[in-house]
Amino acid sequence: MTAVEVSGLRVELGGVEVLHGVDLAVRTGEWVTVIGPNGAGKSTLLRAVGGLLPFAGSVSLFGTPSSRLRRRERARQVATVAQAPVVPPGMAVLDYVLLGRTPYIPPLGRESAADLAAVRDVLAGLDLQRFSARALETLSGGERQRAFLARALAQGAPLLLLDEPTSALDIGHQQEVLELVDALRLTHGLTVLTTMHDLSVAGEYADRLVLLSAGRVAADGPPREVLTEALLARHYRARVRVVDGDHGPLVVPIRPLSTVDKSIDDPGGFPGPPPSD
Amino acid sequence: MTDEPGPVRGPARLRGRWLVAGILMALVAALAGLAFGPVNLPPGSVAAELLNLVPGVHIDSGLSEREIAIVTQLRLPRVVLGLLVGAMLALAGGCYQGVFRNPLADPYLLGVAAGAGLGATVAIAIRGTTTGEETVNLPASVPVAAFAGAVGAVVLTYALGSVGRRDRSPATLILAGVAVSSFLAAIQTYLLQRNVATIREVYSWILGRLATAGWHDVLLLLPYAAVSAATVLLHGRELDVLSVGDEEAASLGLHPQRSRYLLLAAASLGTAAAVAVSGLIGFVGLIVPHTVRLLAGSSYRVVLPLSMLFGAAFLTLADLAARTVTAPAEIPIGVVTAFFGAPFFVLVLRTSRRAT
Repeated sequence: MTAVEVSGLRVELGGVEVLHGVDLAVRTGEWVTVIGPNGAGKSTLLRAVGGLLPFAGSVSLFGTPSSRLRRRERARQVATVAQAPVVPPGMAVLDYVLLGRTPYIPPLGRESAADLAAVRDVLAGLDLQRFSARALETLSGGERQRAFLARALAQGAPLLLLDEPTSALDIGHQQEVLELVDALRLTHGLTVLTTMHDLSVAGEYADRLVLLSAGRVAADGPPREVLTEALLARHYRARVRVVDGDHGPLVVPIRPLSTVDKSIDDPGGFPGPPPSD
Repeated sequence: MTDEPGPVRGPARLRGRWLVAGILMALVAALAGLAFGPVNLPPGSVAAELLNLVPGVHIDSGLSEREIAIVTQLRLPRVVLGLLVGAMLALAGGCYQGVFRNPLADPYLLGVAAGAGLGATVAIAIRGTTTGEETVNLPASVPVAAFAGAVGAVVLTYALGSVGRRDRSPATLILAGVAVSSFLAAIQTYLLQRNVATIREVYSWILGRLATAGWHDVLLLLPYAAVSAATVLLHGRELDVLSVGDEEAASLGLHPQRSRYLLLAAASLGTAAAVAVSGLIGFVGLIVPHTVRLLAGSSYRVVLPLSMLFGAAFLTLADLAARTVTAPAEIPIGVVTAFFGAPFFVLVLRTSRRAT
């Protein structure tokens, strides 16, 4: 079954078209990561899938056009963790994660015992119980990212959208969070759609990569097909070397030749300078 | 330290002891407001006299006829009005802080009070020129005009504070509020100059007129206060959800703009009604919700109801100070609240700067 079906997606931000007809399909249970240079429209694509901005074209979630879902229904289908979520001052982790139950709480109503139980389960699953009374703002970056994830999981939505989930984390916490997401995906049968800047990490975790460049899909396929020196040179204007890793290709940035000491005779078989479009 | 299991704790909710503390504070403040003044009466006797107001209760309080009249006819309406106005301003302040996600928001600083003031001035001025008689009671059109002015002002402040930028910093909104306040005050002054006959009345009203409070004012304020309080209190959870930002609130299934407009209207209605009967009293909406937050927690489901209780107590005590410090003369109550509020504002500004 298809979890996300996007076709002909166009989005305007401030009068400028940012996405020019994007097509994308994500199967249920799949992990797809959108990569691309800054300004390519990755976050915009995620926000459109989450129904958080107006768009032209069509977005379907689990077979239902997004436009036909009411907000609360959509919130039960899709949970989003923004790139840098707002941390409400003074809010305890438990209360923050409880906000994830909002789509199940009637307007002007309050959390039920079932909501509280669901949240306690999520906190236990993410090893966050001991933090439940702590203010969110006092948590470290890694703990905080887990709390953001917990809030999204508390929504009980089968589709998880993560915008740069690891950009604020060190390398160890990046792995910890991504392993956690992968484990949750398997245990909860979640579909995961993320954006990511670290290409090696993106390739290691995702089943499929979508390379977005200047608002268009430039490549879509398994990491081995998308993470190629030629594609990355063309779309990122970056000099990289792609080497084989245990879980997919690893992308190593290489300092451009022109700025390296000219006296070095053998450049070591670097690819040529990126084309200047 | 962090590896130790934290205390098992339920979700944020209004704890009984804080509710009791708030009610006690309001009662103590009310009793003090009734007992003390140019004539000091024993609080126990005043309490007994209050119980006598309940049908079927007869207690000998030991107060003379004249003292009973001071308590029930002079001071009681004033204290009740102080409680209501304080509750409204503190509630509105807490609500604005949530709606704008801005710790500095206060009905006075956002220009809402000035807008309500202008609306009320227009209503008084029109009435003054048409009937020409001494106005003892405020005309019923005053709260309506004040509400129109309050909503106009808050919309203007919000629009001005968001010109040219997508995310508003706390200070931008307050700067816009200052500009709007000044502009509205200028119009108000102009109107006053054109209507010299009403100038005295409006001025005494601007500086806070709990002094002339009567049951008429209480009855005028009560329905608006009830609607405003009920609406805002029912939306405490939505304000908590809004605190994670509009986009996340939307992703949680909320209509952030819809909730925001409704809450703005409700808080402005309460502010306008309070301003219409009491004049411009600043900083209550800043001091009280922040103090409550520090003491009892930051969830709006806690902050809003407790702000009403502590706001009621605070304004009643401020009014007591206003009429006793320089007795038999009275200081305008707005002067008392500003005396405590302005330093508090600096404190909040400093801590909110450090946090961002």
